[in-house]
Amino acid sequence: MSNFYTKNRKFYLSQQKIKPIIEDLENNFQNSGSDAIHSHEEAEQWYDMVLKNAGDICSNFIWPRSEEVDIKGATFKDGIVEWADATKENMKILGDAGYLGGTLPRQYGGLNLPVTINSAIVEMVSQADASLMNLYGLQDIAVTVFKFGTEEQKNRVLPKFCHGEVSGSMALTEPDAGSDLQAVQLKGIEKDGKWYLDGVKRFITNGSGEISLVLARSEKGSKGGRGLSMFLYERYRDDNMIVRRIEDKHGIHGSPTCELQFNMAECELVGKRKFGLIKYVMSLMNGARLGVSAQALGIAQAAYEEAVKYANEREQFGKTIVNIPAVYQMLKNMQAEIETSRLLFYKTATAVDFEDMYERKHSKGENVRQELKQAKSIADILTPLSKFVITEMANKVCYDSVQIHGGCGYMKDFPVERLSRDARITNIYEGTTQLQVVAVLSGLKSNILKNELDDFKSYEVQNLKSEKELIAAFIDEYYKVFESIKSVNNRDFFDYVGNHITEIISIIYRLVLFLPIADKNDEKADLFKFYLYESMSRLNYLIDRIETFKISYGDKIEKLKNDFIN
Amino acid sequence: MKKIVVLAKQVPDTANITGKAMKDDGTINRAVLPAIFNPEDLNALEMALEIKDKIDAEVHVITMGPPRAIDILKHALYMGADKAALITDRKFAAADTLATSYSLSGAIEKIGDVDLVLAGRQAIDGDTAQVGPQVADKIGFNQITYVSKLQEITDDYIIVQRDGETQTEVIKSKFPVLLTVTDEANNPRYSNCLNMLKFFKSNIPSAFSDDERKIAEENGWVIPSYDLESLELDAEKCGLNGSPTKVHKIKSITLTGGNLEMYDNQHTGIHKLIDDIKKDYIEVD
Repeated sequence: MSNFYTKNRKFYLSQQKIKPIIEDLENNFQNSGSDAIHSHEEAEQWYDMVLKNAGDICSNFIWPRSEEVDIKGATFKDGIVEWADATKENMKILGDAGYLGGTLPRQYGGLNLPVTINSAIVEMVSQADASLMNLYGLQDIAVTVFKFGTEEQKNRVLPKFCHGEVSGSMALTEPDAGSDLQAVQLKGIEKDGKWYLDGVKRFITNGSGEISLVLARSEKGSKGGRGLSMFLYERYRDDNMIVRRIEDKHGIHGSPTCELQFNMAECELVGKRKFGLIKYVMSLMNGARLGVSAQALGIAQAAYEEAVKYANEREQFGKTIVNIPAVYQMLKNMQAEIETSRLLFYKTATAVDFEDMYERKHSKGENVRQELKQAKSIADILTPLSKFVITEMANKVCYDSVQIHGGCGYMKDFPVERLSRDARITNIYEGTTQLQVVAVLSGLKSNILKNELDDFKSYEVQNLKSEKELIAAFIDEYYKVFESIKSVNNRDFFDYVGNHITEIISIIYRLVLFLPIADKNDEKADLFKFYLYESMSRLNYLIDRIETFKISYGDKIEKLKNDFIN
Repeated sequence: MKKIVVLAKQVPDTANITGKAMKDDGTINRAVLPAIFNPEDLNALEMALEIKDKIDAEVHVITMGPPRAIDILKHALYMGADKAALITDRKFAAADTLATSYSLSGAIEKIGDVDLVLAGRQAIDGDTAQVGPQVADKIGFNQITYVSKLQEITDDYIIVQRDGETQTEVIKSKFPVLLTVTDEANNPRYSNCLNMLKFFKSNIPSAFSDDERKIAEENGWVIPSYDLESLELDAEKCGLNGSPTKVHKIKSITLTGGNLEMYDNQHTGIHKLIDDIKKDYIEVD
């Protein structure tokens, strides 16, 4: 029986150092009772079972249904949204097996898993059916309620999520507030001590779900992000929200994308008034971005496996096409990009785990202010960096996988046609690639990754000495280029080459993560070297390009837009 | 509350053979075959759990086998069974269906007050389909074999569909009754993560040290194991002693393709085909 919890996933997961996280989550192994975990060995043994079981469900139950989900899709009739039958079955299977409250505490029926372990499950679900991830991944709403809701809200809502009785949505986007959420207009109105929502939300994934977290303007007449608060809306308690329509989309057909109209719908405030955007959405968004990275990585894995399979089956010129250099060139690049992406993805999940851990300690009154600040800044740069790398990578992998399939790849008969449609949204929603660049640049300006880059330089290498020197030289080069860009002292120029500098750091950072692993694991050394050789030419190209643009345009970069301004 | 007992067997995975499955003497080489939960026993367990989802019921799973058969009992607990027990004794070894059904019947009587026994139609290693019916006979239950669908369950009766070769029967029965279930009946559920957490440390009593056992008992991790004596069975009816089935000879047959012969599709060709079949002693109606 095939299982999506592969050796490869297991290997990269095992590279993450999550022991402190496990100890904190499991109350330093001091709990008692039949569901208590008493040691790292027990935790690892159980996580392994949880992952294997998920891999089995994804490979043998969900994946075979993904074509049907794509064809039928979610439907809308007389104001009612319905998931495809196969989607319903998928959610039921995952719910019955206990996966719908992955990171929520067990007191609510959750599994209390580290984000790192849960992220590996989300990746497998995405490989099996990308559109299912949108519904499955909306557990993030429950996590937000858990972090910021009242005890009463938590006790009411969280068990419902864990038992699969409800699904949810995060209702942020509006017709005139997409990337710029500060422009949100939907009103939150306080009347006689109760809150009501009034207005329209658009492009809301699973907006038809029973529970929505809604961003709304609670401060009448205000402008900008500080007039916004977060609200908890429960459809089973109030019926003054209607779904106006669902979108007819390019991909992820299993996931309904809704337009919602709130007509003075009763709701509850979540957390503190006016903190909606600046605190809660940021928290929600980081979780959602990690989820979309998982989604993209899963799609890429599926497209890559389809490409390998097809290349081994298809014969042309008297041989299987896998033997043709132009084909195995694409496959090799896919493999290197996927594995280094997975490394970056798990590392990012672990960074989020550390931030969460220090937040828990902080809220218990421990003095960890400094650690929390540091962990948060690392999670805040790695989350957009991952999304930048992985969602673009997934699109490229799908593109090449279609190419390897030739004409067949353009036909609906092969899964790669669907995969390439599903991948296309990942670098758009939850913040476009261009917005991820902005977030990464802000972290780079504060030199957030400095410690890790310094640590790499002092890493005592066993086998890959010359490779380490090469990477160290590129780190120096990166700092030089960054200073050089800043010296132009022009905001437009900085942003114009921002994607290049982000790509440079994304490659260097993956090399920094990969080398110590390849240094100790012979079976990874070849792939590491291949990735390094590919990276060197790419890095040199990007550095050259930045310098050329600096010399050719520099602070005159703005004139490049002149042809397009009406 | 209805008390349900599911009979389960750990079998070599004949669908995923990883090496030479048959030893030179013609017996099964268990070392190269992964041990799994007999597939149709999973269907029986799923039916028990579906009944439990609908009415007040308690699901017991029992298996007879060596200590490593504990793995399938744990799997049953992960799926949602309430209790499990291992029937193990060297004296049970080499049992045929008669001796096996005798030992299992002893265990069912030990559990006591059982309303419903569910078993897979047959195991993929022996393929006899005899154990379920023989158990029913020994414990004095009515039996419905080849159950392909659970139609209705109440506290007073059960209605199931039974697949025959040429017809389907719908049968209503009072309790107690024993059913053997086919793979048509349902799709066995996956393990539940929280059940895995609760029971992954489960084992038979002798696997725990004295100190561990107390905690293990408090937490429900001890899976009771019964031997010949504790079930008060007659040694002469168990294991090899109680097994009248004697294998006379095992022949390993390899089917090889011979020369391909073409017949024309006229009368003469067809008559020649019939003659050749007769000549090769292949019987036809």
